[in-house]
Amino acid sequence: MASERAPYHAGDHAAVRVQSVRKQYRKAAHAHRFLTFKSALLGGDLFKVLAPADVFTALDEVSLEIARGETLGVIGSNGAGKSTLLKIIAGTTKPTAGAVFVDGKVSALIELGAGFHPEISGRENVFINGIMLGLSRQQVTERFDDIVAFAELEDFIDAPVKTYSSGMYMRLGFSIAIHIDPEVLLIDEVLAVGDEAFVHKCLDKLAAFKRRGKTILLVSHSLESVRRLCDRVVWLKNGKVEASGDPPRVIDAYLNWVAHKEEGELAAGSERRTAEVSTGNPGDAPGAPHDAADVANVANVAKGGGDTAATGTDDADPAAGTAGAAPYETGRWGSHQVVIDKVRLLDGAGEQHYVFTCGDPVTLELTLLATEAVNDFAIGIGIFNADGVCCYGTNTDIERFEAGRLEGSATVRVEIPELNLIEGTYYLDLAVHRIDGYPYDYQRGLTRFRTTSPIADTGVARLPHSWSFEGGISWKKTPDAEANAGHDAGHDADHDADHDAG
Amino acid sequence: MNHGLSNLFRHRVLIQSLVMRELKARYRGSVGGYLWSFLNPLLLLAVYTIVFTTIFQPQRGEAVDPYALYLFCGLLPWTWFAASLTDAGNSLIAGGNLIKKLIFPAEVLPVVAVLANGVHYLLGLPVYLVFWLIFKDDGLSLHLLWLPLVIFTQLILSLGLGLILAALSVHFRDIRDILANVLTLWFFLTPIIYTRDFLQTRADADGAHWVPKVVAAFLDLNPMTHIMDGYHLSIFEGTLINWKRLPVTLVVSFLILMAGYWLFDRLRDSFPEEV
Repeated sequence: MASERAPYHAGDHAAVRVQSVRKQYRKAAHAHRFLTFKSALLGGDLFKVLAPADVFTALDEVSLEIARGETLGVIGSNGAGKSTLLKIIAGTTKPTAGAVFVDGKVSALIELGAGFHPEISGRENVFINGIMLGLSRQQVTERFDDIVAFAELEDFIDAPVKTYSSGMYMRLGFSIAIHIDPEVLLIDEVLAVGDEAFVHKCLDKLAAFKRRGKTILLVSHSLESVRRLCDRVVWLKNGKVEASGDPPRVIDAYLNWVAHKEEGELAAGSERRTAEVSTGNPGDAPGAPHDAADVANVANVAKGGGDTAATGTDDADPAAGTAGAAPYETGRWGSHQVVIDKVRLLDGAGEQHYVFTCGDPVTLELTLLATEAVNDFAIGIGIFNADGVCCYGTNTDIERFEAGRLEGSATVRVEIPELNLIEGTYYLDLAVHRIDGYPYDYQRGLTRFRTTSPIADTGVARLPHSWSFEGGISWKKTPDAEANAGHDAGHDADHDADHDAG
Repeated sequence: MNHGLSNLFRHRVLIQSLVMRELKARYRGSVGGYLWSFLNPLLLLAVYTIVFTTIFQPQRGEAVDPYALYLFCGLLPWTWFAASLTDAGNSLIAGGNLIKKLIFPAEVLPVVAVLANGVHYLLGLPVYLVFWLIFKDDGLSLHLLWLPLVIFTQLILSLGLGLILAALSVHFRDIRDILANVLTLWFFLTPIIYTRDFLQTRADADGAHWVPKVVAAFLDLNPMTHIMDGYHLSIFEGTLINWKRLPVTLVVSFLILMAGYWLFDRLRDSFPEEV
């Protein structure tokens, strides 16, 4: 539905102008909020003026402009006000204060297929939805075939929408919204729908949209899409514009902030978990991890039938965590003749961190305390990703260290010159145990860390690699040039970002 | 107000599509389909006929003979009226998705609720008229041509009340529960199962209970009284409608519609957050 907002000022090239918009939501619901009915009607306000404690400020004095033909990305953590901003520009929500000017027809892809009626056919829904979004019947008729073809629903268009899969539903919703052909397109996280192929089709459609000089506002958590599609990025933080400008710079500044925040959370979490876990004797060891390992062992035996000696040590050996797909549960168990007293993850400069960039040097430092001297011991580590897949595991025994003597306190360091794990959260299994697997101290998943990566490669680890080309192949742009530029900008990102705010 | 009405007119295609959707969706999946729009009143008429010719034989005088046809003359439009207000009151909450997620003119929803139920009435009316021709020998009179005016008056009144209920229900969910009871009471305060004259006789009788007296005294303040009169006169009696009372009711209905739109517009901005 074309929005009817304040008229557009001639000579102004902004397609969307947001002027010191503030939006407040009530926190408390329905408690003592009504004035008398009469004053409510006369004042046009059914609610009494709210005390500051009762309101949540979703947007606070936000001003921004989107030039015609520009694609603006809005990023920020959950609750930063991104969707509220979008709804206010779309006109579905009115700002508490401030003004919004929009030039031209707006189509908002806020929730795809909102307004579909499940009982009637896809065909009828296309017509009604199209009309709801501001097309005439004639226009829908003209575009009908394109809409259905784009959604790939030719065979199902006459079936009731309630029989559609969620993917079909979303595709049809997206297809209608994009065929409205608005001047300004508002997109909220909807690119996450559909399979890979459909997402590509959507991105192509958006690119075509851009080429025709239309204006796009994209709200997304997918920084990759934002980086790829947007000419400019605005970072919202707690309802305020924290930074705006060049996508690589603002995204870097945002990622920096996220990394700092995560460090704090991971650090707090690791301490809390380690403290929470009981340090009982081996018999009282939390059952689940043992069971999981046992099940895995059985599976190993059943599968390979093979090396029983190796399987025997598996129980307490993190390197044997190739159990892999076993559900990952955290815990701590062991006899505690030796305990892992302290775990630290250090960066190249020897500073403690919980978030690393893929490829950074990392040192894992364990402080061991032996309450009695032992001469049968091995130290093992295992790195698991969030799916419980063991990315890497090893121990001193596997690597043919022969145990001598361990007493008092000792420090163990594992240096990893390049932590080539792809972006994600990882859990550490750390253990001190006898060669036969009897655990002194086994910590499963109590230490977590995160890796981030500027590129969205997939898999488990990034194998060292380089590309080279010969013959009739050339590139408009190579990542080397971009990486250098991005790197330079990244250094001043915080500073510039602050400067650009407002 | 002009703005409001022209706004509704501007959305006529949307309203029309949504009304069609309501009707299609209602019978989708049933074997009878649209036939139910005819069958429902038909079956209801059959039930009332049996009940009031064999079980009850109320003393209502010659004026209301056959009683089932008299009753039905008012019951059909009343069903439209009551269902309209119930659906309209619920419309914004039920259509919350549209208001929240789309740039959608909210007033369309209660209007669609009233119109969709109106279409049901119009589909049931021919069934009634056929029965009328079968059971009454004297045929239909030309005064039936007044019927559209009566229907229009009811439409305007329903739209006005529907807008008010829709807007207030968003903020006071209690309204939906109260409304059902209010409508039942209203039904009995309107001459549908009885005639005006019958009520008057009861009120004037010696030692009459105070209730009929009060009801009779305030009967004229109830706009539905005059609308029901319109139906009874134009269809059942086959005489001229009351040319003073009905136009006054129409004017009052328009005032209610204007007030309703004003209230609705006033509260409009709060809908997306409250539904």
